Amino acid sequence: MAKRAAPEVNAGSMADIAFLLLIFFLVTTTIEKDKGLLRSLPPIDDTEYEPPIIKQKNLFTVLINRNNQLLVEDEEMPLKDLRQAAIDFLDNGGGTNPAGQSCDYCKGERDESSSDHPDKAIISMKHDRETTYEKYMEVQNELVAAYNYLREREAERLYRKYYPEADKVFTAMLEEKEKNQFSKDEVLNERIETIKNLFPMKLSEAEPDKN
Amino acid sequence: MSKFRKKDKGELPAISTASLPDIVFMLLFFFMVATVMRDSTLMIENQLPSADQVEKLKKDRTIFIYAGKPSEQYKQFGKEPRIQYNDAFITVEDVQSSIYQGISEMNEELQSKVVVALKVDKNTNAGIVSDIKQELRKANALKVMYIANTKIEE
Repeated sequence: MAKRAAPEVNAGSMADIAFLLLIFFLVTTTIEKDKGLLRSLPPIDDTEYEPPIIKQKNLFTVLINRNNQLLVEDEEMPLKDLRQAAIDFLDNGGGTNPAGQSCDYCKGERDESSSDHPDKAIISMKHDRETTYEKYMEVQNELVAAYNYLREREAERLYRKYYPEADKVFTAMLEEKEKNQFSKDEVLNERIETIKNLFPMKLSEAEPDKN
Repeated sequence: MSKFRKKDKGELPAISTASLPDIVFMLLFFFMVATVMRDSTLMIENQLPSADQVEKLKKDRTIFIYAGKPSEQYKQFGKEPRIQYNDAFITVEDVQSSIYQGISEMNEELQSKVVVALKVDKNTNAGIVSDIKQELRKANALKVMYIANTKIEE
């Protein structure tokens, strides 16, 4: 028998089927893009103890009222000034830390009436129950940004030589740690700890009043 | 009349659409790889606030909690912000047990590193968030992540 050429298979509907599948996946799946501010909550402590006395000048109070207005250190402040105000407060270095060392890396004004040492400086934030979550997040973001700015500055000063190409030194260090999470790099961890200890994140949140 | 008909003479062959399925399949595979299945239907409005100091979320050790006003379809649940976990509304008191349940479903070595991701609508009040946080403290799940949209830094 003579060999006949196989007839061409009509693949016109294949595209339709593929489109159907594609649309199904488009509808039922989401692209991962979750990012956010990572914060730790204080554990509940049942033991009764006297809260340590914190000098007023080491406390940076941020209040948000129900109309989303900001009261920073008893003065009304627009949100855009908050970051700089927090940086100035943390970076002041007017006195000594608990060990008696003065802050030799601070570049602040060393104002007697502001914080003694980044180690002692505490940012306290309080909001009303009626404050919108958007405002709350904006304030949190500014405060975290203040810490990040200062840590970035110190990382730049201390470890720039190891990361000559990086845009932001501290971010580069954290990224490297993330990459090597299964093989612990002691030196890198130590460096990150050093930076974190220079400006420890002491950001406390008071519970809103029940009303 | 014949002037117009002349053009039809040298008729073009039909354009082959054989590569169309290949292209679509390529797109399909891209989406299959780059996306994940949506795990719960949102019953609330969920417009996230924006922030620029964000970190990446590690999906494998995360429990999601949503909060916000019930959306248009679910307005029989009222206008007050509600908390949603998986596919159902829960009350503030249920948050603790939901967290324990979420932790028990998780990979064992990650259970101690659990992060609770809060996806809260930006127009809700912050009071409900502090209620949730209080419950999380009771459940000893102390790492929280406020999920936000990335704002481009100026």
